[in-house]
Amino acid sequence: MKWQKKSSLRRRETMTGYLMIMPLMAGVTVFFIGAFFQNIYYSFTDKSSFGIPRVVGLKNYVELFHDDSFYQALLNTILYVVICVPAVVILAVFLAVLLNSKIKGIGVFRVCIFLPAVTLPAAIGLLWKWLMNYKFGIFNEILGMLGAKPVAWLSDSRIVLFSIAVVFVWANVAYQVIVLLAGLQGIPACYREAAAIDGAGRIQSFFRIILPLLSPSIFFVSVTTVINVFQIFDLIYLMIPQGSSGTEASRSLVTYFFEQSFVKFHKGYGAAISLMLFLLILSVTALQMICQKKMVFYDD
Amino acid sequence: MRIRKWGIYLLLVLCSAGTVGPFLWMILTSFKSYEESIRIPPTILPEVFTVGSYQEVIDKFPFFEFYINTFLVLLFTIGIELLICSMAAYAFARLHFPGRDVIFIILLALMMVPGQIFLVPNYDIMVKLHLADTVTALWLPKVFSAFGTFMLREFFKGLPKSLDEAAMLDGCGFFQIYYLILLPLLKPALSSLAILTAISTFKDLMWPLIVNNSMEKMTLSAGLAMLIGEHTTYYPQVMAGGMIAILPMMIIFFLFQKQFVEGIATTGVKQ
Repeated sequence: MKWQKKSSLRRRETMTGYLMIMPLMAGVTVFFIGAFFQNIYYSFTDKSSFGIPRVVGLKNYVELFHDDSFYQALLNTILYVVICVPAVVILAVFLAVLLNSKIKGIGVFRVCIFLPAVTLPAAIGLLWKWLMNYKFGIFNEILGMLGAKPVAWLSDSRIVLFSIAVVFVWANVAYQVIVLLAGLQGIPACYREAAAIDGAGRIQSFFRIILPLLSPSIFFVSVTTVINVFQIFDLIYLMIPQGSSGTEASRSLVTYFFEQSFVKFHKGYGAAISLMLFLLILSVTALQMICQKKMVFYDD
Repeated sequence: MRIRKWGIYLLLVLCSAGTVGPFLWMILTSFKSYEESIRIPPTILPEVFTVGSYQEVIDKFPFFEFYINTFLVLLFTIGIELLICSMAAYAFARLHFPGRDVIFIILLALMMVPGQIFLVPNYDIMVKLHLADTVTALWLPKVFSAFGTFMLREFFKGLPKSLDEAAMLDGCGFFQIYYLILLPLLKPALSSLAILTAISTFKDLMWPLIVNNSMEKMTLSAGLAMLIGEHTTYYPQVMAGGMIAILPMMIIFFLFQKQFVEGIATTGVKQ
């Protein structure tokens, strides 16, 4: 009798479990799992916007490996990562520590510095496009007043990548500051006090106490920033007009994917690009996970 | 000590100027006439204060529709996501059923895949369902969130098991435990997820640009992108459009600052 009751409870638990994950899993199966394999299939076809895609085998991949624009986009993307990730992480740590000071009016400063985190990238893109305007932008006006020559921020192929990187850092640092500030506030005051009693100075206590205790948050911020930069698209799309002189030099993998898939409608080729991006992000994230064991300190 | 304090203030003022300054320039430009905006040397404050650019940009672009669409997309995405994900999260955290862990690992693995992979197939699905170029298309694929499920599962796991046991003794079924006992305790986590979803949905640009093509079916984000495409040279108008688009989120941020900060912070604490 008792056994029977227990087994009917078991059965009910199983049924309820499946029922409760069903809506989610139905959607996930269609829009993510199914779409993932569909995309792999597309990468072996000549899919364009109309007509039935024909299977072309490895043609897209062979083409990809001989495509200079792809290599340029890959190189640009890696450059974006190399420039933006350290900049975002270091600046975010600096700002979080600064905003963690216990002084009057800190709330106002926090709001000011958090502001870009809740602003549309579209608005940030058009705002900075105006600031960096060659003829009438305020940046070149200021340079002019200092007696320097105007800079073609968004059309000089040697500069455009750095300009985009600056805007990316400006737009993305605030979000990470919020994450790190929470991490800082989670560090018990007793550690710092103990260090002070032992005679550690501020600098020493920052590098020896705060930074190691903050390393899980810093690690998290680094991983998410790496993933975000690998997918950099919005700002480039908004600030660099298609076919302008800055296009080649600023083009990222996602921008190239977008161009191929939705401007030229080479969707099969675009699918191959997106899979390359996936493999790249996967391997870099795996590498970071391995490094985590060596560099991150967990306090428990 | 005194000097240190003033040093901190100085740094804070400089950094704040770095973030607020560009926005200030945006506001100032939006109130200038076109002729004044391209004058050399530039004027700082508008000599003639005009709202003409706002007028023109509202006449030319359906900002009212952008607002409504954005609001609807946020409403449906957040509402349905919270329901679907919290249900699944409860099941993954508390119930035992065959295949549970395998399914959950598949969900986790999906979080590693960059979103671009799904775009073309999802667009095809929307076309097949005759949903392309509708507001529904903007939110439908977004509600099935692996991240949201993962995050809420962590919070369910943080609640004491004794709650379930007590409720069960009182005759609650599994669904009632979820709905009546645990879910009300998860309000802070739900509001965090709602805010994170709001921010990412509000900012999303590529999906609306791909799946919809009529201007009246765009969100603020995508609508603004089209504005840049068509009106690059008239910067006061572009700045006015930008102001109109970012203002609602900024006001909400000022009002619910604490919730925003807590919401974003949860992503870093839980991993």
